[in-house]
Amino acid sequence: MTIGVLALQGSFNEHLKALRKLGVKGVEVRKAEQLEGIGALIIPGGESTAMAKLAEYLNLLPALRKFVKSGKPVWGTCAGLIFLADRADGQKEGGQELVGGIDCKVHRNYFGSQLDSFEVEIPIPVLVAQEGGPETFRGVFIRAPAVVEVGPEVQVLAECRVMPSPNQTNQETVSEKFQPQFPPPPDGKVVVIALRQGNILGTAFHPELTADTRWHSFFLKMLGESSDSSAVAEDSEGNKPKNPDLPVF
Amino acid sequence: MAGSGVVTVYGNGALTETSKQQSPFAVKVGLAQMLRGGVIMDVVNAEQARIAEEAGACAVMALERVPADIRAQGGVARMSDPSLIKEIKQAVTIPVMAKARIGHFVEAQILEAIGIDYVDESEVLTVADEDNHINKHNFRIPFVCGCRNLGEALRRIREGAAMIRTKGEAGTGNIIEAVRHVRSVMGDIRVLRNMDEDEVFAFAKKIAAPYDLVMQTKQLGRLPVVQFAAGGVATPADAALMMQLGCDGVFVGSGVFKSGDPASRARAIVQAVTHYSDPDVLAEVSCGLGEAMVGINLNDAKVERYANRSE
Repeated sequence: MTIGVLALQGSFNEHLKALRKLGVKGVEVRKAEQLEGIGALIIPGGESTAMAKLAEYLNLLPALRKFVKSGKPVWGTCAGLIFLADRADGQKEGGQELVGGIDCKVHRNYFGSQLDSFEVEIPIPVLVAQEGGPETFRGVFIRAPAVVEVGPEVQVLAECRVMPSPNQTNQETVSEKFQPQFPPPPDGKVVVIALRQGNILGTAFHPELTADTRWHSFFLKMLGESSDSSAVAEDSEGNKPKNPDLPVF
Repeated sequence: MAGSGVVTVYGNGALTETSKQQSPFAVKVGLAQMLRGGVIMDVVNAEQARIAEEAGACAVMALERVPADIRAQGGVARMSDPSLIKEIKQAVTIPVMAKARIGHFVEAQILEAIGIDYVDESEVLTVADEDNHINKHNFRIPFVCGCRNLGEALRRIREGAAMIRTKGEAGTGNIIEAVRHVRSVMGDIRVLRNMDEDEVFAFAKKIAAPYDLVMQTKQLGRLPVVQFAAGGVATPADAALMMQLGCDGVFVGSGVFKSGDPASRARAIVQAVTHYSDPDVLAEVSCGLGEAMVGINLNDAKVERYANRSE
């Protein structure tokens, strides 16, 4: 079973690299007909407006919606999460097309501009219970979105609490001073950064940018659940690379 | 995790302590990785920025004058007016970049203060320091720098650049220099990959680059940061050529808004970068784009070479 990675723009090479590490074949998907014959799809990080435009030029959105509805596993990271959300805030003028699938509302660039991008160790019990390894996952947030509302069928995998800056009065406008804190402080607003609804997985951060392949392995196991085919190859656990901070290409 | 990532920061001898909050190198490179497979367009006002966003650009470069106009008008080219950059930033949701003069770290501080996403330390603007580039480790904001060959690229990365672009020859609409520079970088990397490890020391000396980064490039088989093409891209075919030569994405400067029909040309170049290896799509998007920008023949000795402005 091959895994497709939407290769319109963004970090698709990094996803393919992570899949290769797990011994799974990944293929680039650029056209609607390429969606046939793949068992699961990853929508990578990138600029969601650019990706939406490119998908529109190719009339790819109906095919993507059909794929999501078919129940095959789909995973969106960052821009991909925006694609998979039913509703989005903070869009460009005139809005942008979404694929939808997860009953939630996502806010684009929730944490602010590049100066507010950060990385943080996130505790993710669900992932650790299934994949083992360290208690936390190094989440890289690049102009990242956050999920501000979730529907009843959504399983929240990780969330963080953000503190509005003291001089913030209007709750509607998102302050650039939002920073996630772990463990969550008692007050402040809770936003979801990783979630799952059925066979659709979404993460606001970029597991493809780190050498830790647990999220990819987690996603591949969803494929096993949906079709009973054991596409999951050997986990590379135990061979940690010497420098986990090398950018992954 | 201070100083983590590819590049280690030696010492704490920063001129100014600009950052309270640290920004790891992985986060700086991360944004560049998100821009991969995309097109970054030069824009001079909010309206053009919106056209670029509508066309599917993954970022815009906010400028007062595009390189072709800088060439035509001459004079000293400086950082753009911050109010213009802010206006452009407000108009779009995609990342906004701006140019600072080479070595002018105060312009970079100003750009960081207005909260843009990336600084281009650019040879297109008049050089402020002939000997030194900005020490980019001192900033939280990531930098992109130009290069003509592998040595120059690795020197910039050691200074803290989180993204590299080829210099090409901006504002000419002539791809020849960009091809030369991409070929030079890629060729050197291919040589390096097959090189005996004992020879890497001498090679590092020859290209005047730090040994550890040369070794890292050898191991990765590519530059340790994202590499874009720039300088002279005017048509979808030019953009696809750069991608097929191995670049991660493309900057288009004067090529879009100095052409007859900017909106369709921008859209065509964006599509060409995504489908760079599919000649059928390239043929389709290249049709009916109107007039391309007027190019400059670089055999003319009177044309100033921006690429030679820094080492």
